[in-house]
Amino acid sequence: MTFQSLRTTPSAHKGSYMRLQRYILMAGVIVVAATTSSAATGLPTSHISNKPTPIPGIGGPFNLIDDNGRKVSAATLAGKPSAIFFGYTFCPEVCPTTLQDVTSWISALGSDAGKINYVFVTIDPHRDTPKVMHQYLSSFDRRIRGFSGTDEQTAKIAREYGAYYKRVPAAGGSYVMNHSDRIYLMNAQGQYVGSISYREPDASAISKLKQLLQ
Amino acid sequence: MRISIAMFFLFFVSLIPTVAATPNIRVDGAWAAPTPNGAQTGVAYMVIHNQGPNDDRLVGGTSPAADKIQVHEMKVTNDIMEMREVVDGLPVAAGRTAELKPGGFHMMLIGLKRQLRAGQDIVLTLRFEHAGEVLVHVPVRADSRR
Repeated sequence: MTFQSLRTTPSAHKGSYMRLQRYILMAGVIVVAATTSSAATGLPTSHISNKPTPIPGIGGPFNLIDDNGRKVSAATLAGKPSAIFFGYTFCPEVCPTTLQDVTSWISALGSDAGKINYVFVTIDPHRDTPKVMHQYLSSFDRRIRGFSGTDEQTAKIAREYGAYYKRVPAAGGSYVMNHSDRIYLMNAQGQYVGSISYREPDASAISKLKQLLQ
Repeated sequence: MRISIAMFFLFFVSLIPTVAATPNIRVDGAWAAPTPNGAQTGVAYMVIHNQGPNDDRLVGGTSPAADKIQVHEMKVTNDIMEMREVVDGLPVAAGRTAELKPGGFHMMLIGLKRQLRAGQDIVLTLRFEHAGEVLVHVPVRADSRR
């Protein structure tokens, strides 16, 4: 397997590697949680911070185009925490559901909502041009921005975030995409601090977004 | 006498179901999700009852609302959403039920002719291997889990 093919279509091998990576991460999260709770028993409550702890290995530099046709990079998001997720507009269920969920959380956050970047990155840039993304996103909260790029740029951001995607052929020359469905939560320094799962209950998701602002 | 014959026929007319089509296949609870602006795809869900003596298979469909309709399956495992076309069709065994619902099997509408908006109604013609074509009226509404 060439490096190039690994970049454009993550293989099953890479998928299992990423699963392993995820288990290690989960183990890390459990350790962090255990440490926090033991600290909680020994310290006065005023010393406890809910500020999420950065977890290394996820996130990094990228160069993409937003749905208004402007160049964007990791620097564009810096200074504010971000909620970043991967998908595509041909996606019939998971992506519109996630976008609808994010829209409702934004409305629940009220005046704090604007303190977070919300980014939908397409893993299907051939169909999802900035124009297509812009029209699609007009159905949701306008603060959700759509990023797209070349195959290489898409592969790079997916690799930086450990996001999986793969093109699957369907009848009539069409295709669908398999992809990671979690929402990556990044702090204002662009460090990964946690994630929101697909269809995570609203209260839990909103609480995680609020923690990003601490 | 004439009245009783008319009543006799009316009785049978009243038995024609409003949703399902063939005697062996009954479809209920059908709904389609509203689609975002410019979306090319949509989904429809339903519950299919095979009331006949033979196993059957949902193999596809047509609709004036879209270019193509395929049976797809979605699965979420380890935070990865996987989609596939159910090429051999969705089996519905004799006397059994097959449920098309979010997070599982669905009819995928590809190449939408127009945006699906809540409150509208679309028509799907499901195609079964044995029962043939079954016409279903599908209301467009938001996911009731919200």
